[in-house]
Amino acid sequence: MNNKTLIAAIAAILCVLPFVGLDNYHLHLIIMILIWSFVYTAWSIMGRFGLVSLGHGAFMAIGGYVTALLWNELGLSPWVSIPVAMIGAAGLAVLIGYPCFRFRITGHYFALVTLALAEVVRQVIVATRDTTGGSLGYTPESHGEGWSVYAFQSDDRITFYFVALVVWLMGIVIWRTVDQSMSYYALEAISEDEDASAAVGVQVTKEKLKVTILSAMMTAFAGALYCQYQMFISPSTIGGIGLSLQIVFGVVVGGIYSALGPTIGAVITLMLAEVLRIWMGAGVVCMTERVCLNLAGVPLLVYGIMLVLFIIFLPKGIVGACTDQWREMKSNRKASV
Amino acid sequence: MMAEFMDGLFSIFFVETLINALLLGGVFALLSLGLNLIFGVIDVVWICYAEIIMLGMYAIFFLHAEGGMPIILAACCGIGVTALIGWLTHRFVIGYLLQAEPINQLLATGGLLFFFQGAAMVVFGIEFRNVGVSLGSLSVTEDIYLSWTRLLSFVLATLTVVVLYLFLSRSYLGAAIRAISQDREIMILMGVDTKKLYLLTSAIGGGLAGLAAALLVLQYDVHPFIGLSFGPITFMICVMGGLGNMVGGFLAAFVFSLLITVGGYFAELEWGYVMAFTFFIAAMFARPKGLFARNS
Repeated sequence: MNNKTLIAAIAAILCVLPFVGLDNYHLHLIIMILIWSFVYTAWSIMGRFGLVSLGHGAFMAIGGYVTALLWNELGLSPWVSIPVAMIGAAGLAVLIGYPCFRFRITGHYFALVTLALAEVVRQVIVATRDTTGGSLGYTPESHGEGWSVYAFQSDDRITFYFVALVVWLMGIVIWRTVDQSMSYYALEAISEDEDASAAVGVQVTKEKLKVTILSAMMTAFAGALYCQYQMFISPSTIGGIGLSLQIVFGVVVGGIYSALGPTIGAVITLMLAEVLRIWMGAGVVCMTERVCLNLAGVPLLVYGIMLVLFIIFLPKGIVGACTDQWREMKSNRKASV
Repeated sequence: MMAEFMDGLFSIFFVETLINALLLGGVFALLSLGLNLIFGVIDVVWICYAEIIMLGMYAIFFLHAEGGMPIILAACCGIGVTALIGWLTHRFVIGYLLQAEPINQLLATGGLLFFFQGAAMVVFGIEFRNVGVSLGSLSVTEDIYLSWTRLLSFVLATLTVVVLYLFLSRSYLGAAIRAISQDREIMILMGVDTKKLYLLTSAIGGGLAGLAAALLVLQYDVHPFIGLSFGPITFMICVMGGLGNMVGGFLAAFVFSLLITVGGYFAELEWGYVMAFTFFIAAMFARPKGLFARNS
């Protein structure tokens, strides 16, 4: 298959990438892109079936905070605490998802309920500031120099690069597995017409719940990974409404309906943010003595305009628009022959 | 523990807390009024509504503190600015998405949220700004003080609900707006210019954001991210009140403010928010159409 060779080629390039003389900064950028790609992929796994969640901040925060807290307070290795965090996220997904799906809360009502969930988790983190550090953020204790398998920490970026690469690949594999399963057809049918699919025997609640749990667990894992890599988490970087919208933005730009869409979205949005940040600096430009422009806001401004334009003109994202174009060209060629 | 709790319940401060809850409810009611109108009529959730309020606050701040305009006049101009922003939002964003999936409409306004925050940051910087006007507080007894601003917002919110109610139920335009929220397709066949009505509703909704901004600017410092602190609660009030149900939204505002203030009284304020949001989720499960929705 065409797509498979493409993915294999990308994977091969990515494998040799750290050895071609990339400096730490660029390696860091790529690691961040890989981690966020995984988050965006996790979100799209449910988002593409019309289950638009604004609550993924909650799952990501649980992943990060549970892992870091268990390490600092109980000395529990992330190898134990990450699964614990993932199970916690799954539990929360059931707690919110089951009633939502059972009572047919869909569309923007679902988005708002999940938004409330993200806010609950964020506020709990802020409220328990004595243990979690509140809005100031939290740092897992370092195990010392070098890398440690037990602590799942490494100050060497190349090690982490490969961890992130494997995780990202896993994300794509999970996406494809879902694509080839019966659940895919069930969920596709549900997103078209819930009542009709229930009438032909699709177990609507169960199918939706399965994909939600999967997505929540993946997101929690990404939160833990982010925490282990950055060694710092705060409610605003891995939780809350800002994060949820950031995920949505990346996915919308890349394209929600194909496996590589979220990844391409992450590449574009993170590179754009980085380029704008370097280009603009954090500088303040003064036109006159009283009129000063703070250029640090430009990335947000550009993000916002792009998101609006994409939703109006390219709702399927870059990848979706390209594949549509490609198909059209193909069928035109066939027609002319 | 129990005795402590009972002491807390009957202390004079608790009474003050309850009164403050009532007054905070007024602020919330005012915050959600315009969003509720838009939600009810156009069936779109403006995620960026709190950011429009933020821009209104900046407008009032600059007109008053930098431009030297009297505060009342500045507030009126602020209402004009936000009404214009509301109009523009519909004209250039939502107008193109009326046929799109509801979730895309919501996400597009999410883009506007980023845009407004970014624009505010570029133009106004990230400093906290205070308008420097305070109405002081009213001392009821020796221990109880009530903020005049909150009293004012309470009165204003009540008045606005009444005016809006009268406008919607008595005036010709109001009847058209109500009709459109009941059946979008039929109204076009009846020869109603829905486009115009949607724009008008968006402008009124935006103007109400300006009114809320005028009261908030007296109580809080303005900064580009202030919208995030009261945005979520605003949507939740609207949803819980029932789609476009003004009176329901008004009541929901008081339910939320009570939960938040009482939660904040017994523990930290954040726990109050946790309680309010949890209550929202539970209420949505019990009555997905909103707590005060009319049964149809």
